[in-house]
Amino acid sequence: MRLTKALVLMLLIGFSIAFATPLLWTVSAAVKSPQEFAIAPERMIPQHIEWGNFPKAWTVLPFSTFVLNTLFLTVVCTVGTVLSSSLVAYGFSRFRFKGKDLVFGLMLATMMLPHQVTMIPNFMIWRALHAIDTFYPLTIPAFFSSALFVFLLRQFFMSVPRELDEAAMLDGAGYIRIWWQILMPLAVPAITTVAVFSFIGNWDSFEAPLIYLNSPEKYTVAVGLRMFQDTFGGNFELVMAASLIHILPTIIIFFCAQRYFLKGIAMSGMGGR
Amino acid sequence: MKKREALWGWILISPWIIGFLCFTAGPMLTSLYLSFHTYDLHSMEFVGAANYQRLFFVDRIFWKSLQVTMTYAVLSVPLGIAASLALAVLLNQKVGGLKLFRTLFYLPSIVPGVASALLWQWLLNTDNGALNQVVEWVGLPPVDWLQNEKFTIYAFVLMSLWGAGGMRMVIFLAGLQGISDNYHEAAMLDGAGAWRRFRSVTLPLLSPVMFFNVVMGVIGSFQVFTSAYVMTGGGPNNATRFYALYLFTTAFEQFKLGKASAMAWVLFIILLALTGIQFAAGKRWVHYEGASR
Repeated sequence: MRLTKALVLMLLIGFSIAFATPLLWTVSAAVKSPQEFAIAPERMIPQHIEWGNFPKAWTVLPFSTFVLNTLFLTVVCTVGTVLSSSLVAYGFSRFRFKGKDLVFGLMLATMMLPHQVTMIPNFMIWRALHAIDTFYPLTIPAFFSSALFVFLLRQFFMSVPRELDEAAMLDGAGYIRIWWQILMPLAVPAITTVAVFSFIGNWDSFEAPLIYLNSPEKYTVAVGLRMFQDTFGGNFELVMAASLIHILPTIIIFFCAQRYFLKGIAMSGMGGR
Repeated sequence: MKKREALWGWILISPWIIGFLCFTAGPMLTSLYLSFHTYDLHSMEFVGAANYQRLFFVDRIFWKSLQVTMTYAVLSVPLGIAASLALAVLLNQKVGGLKLFRTLFYLPSIVPGVASALLWQWLLNTDNGALNQVVEWVGLPPVDWLQNEKFTIYAFVLMSLWGAGGMRMVIFLAGLQGISDNYHEAAMLDGAGAWRRFRSVTLPLLSPVMFFNVVMGVIGSFQVFTSAYVMTGGGPNNATRFYALYLFTTAFEQFKLGKASAMAWVLFIILLALTGIQFAAGKRWVHYEGASR
């Protein structure tokens, strides 16, 4: 369906304004002084830019600690899930064995499973292992691959010609070397997609850290931000400044890897076919 | 050689299998077992089906949370899909700057959950929130979006229209781009106008993607947690007591782990049933290209 150009552009611009406005309000609120905040109605452009909100928000709660914790978790989970998921995807895409299709189908089916069905027993497992209030429950599962990422990487590996593997094998390369030296370098776009998904997912993660972390020095940014709301909820300008600290890294990552990211989403939609 | 290949195959997929057994299959059975017990992390007692009976016949909040979640699904899924499809159609036109628009449309979807909840809590605040400025500008009295139980669900639907559609939009766009121009040209030769081509060519060819988005949208409605937990904590008068939130507080604030496990299984059965119904209904309207149906 092709509409006239002017109408299309008008609609595109109109929607853009609608989508950007809440974010622009956040930015404007984050740089307002408390005095200006009290004036109703609010103005989008502040009379005076109060940069001091950011250092204030950063230090009233230990945001440096929250950020370091979240970065640690995010990096460990991303490395773990990329390595394990690509190995599993390699197994599913290149090896013939009985029961493979059955296991693969089972894996796709688990994507529909609501996590609440396993949430409580998993909590009991980590409690029995005395791992509550540690990072183990939040990182170790990442090393056992993720169904969505296996699916995406398998799709990619299937598109790599098998002749490459066979040629390497004739040169005496083992399976692990084929994975690491042939498939992985070729799969950089797919790996980037998965890594970006994983990064944003972990950075955003709220429920799991809320369940497993108790002491504030272990909090992630998401949980810390929630604590910020509890403590300084009345100071909207500080809450918005703190929220921006949470939002900014995902936006930066998104801008850097947008192409891969959008492609990955489009591919995951093909899972419905 | 064949045996060696099979062995390696199993070794390579073993991370998933071990993870599945330890973190999915085992816990699933455990939670089924728990759902027939009372358990508060200290003592466990077998109670038969009492947890389920309580939920269905005694617990009014359980029904309330189902009602809230279903209302949200009925409003947010069709509206969200219509909006995402409209955006995708716009992004599939031949005009300049499409990449920039795509980025802008997608941006809200990557805003982390807690941050977007805080942002909306402020946009929706009664006294000087941005939305009420629009409301007042139109000439209506200010609306207490998050304090009045009549309005909360609409506030959440509005929020989902802003922040939950990006992924759907990208999936629709990929679907639209996969439709060959030949179909449209053929329809145009037959004299079909733009709307007719959209209805009779685009929509049927897009139906598998549409189906995927509907199924995922319904599942997503039952997973609404962070926004409700942060913005309203379930209030006022349980008007935002979404199912996932009620389950979470039952488990990790009241430590009624048996009851929460029963709720998790009820959720699982509901989603299975809803997905099953959609698959059955989908046979009528989902058109798979190249299928013999």
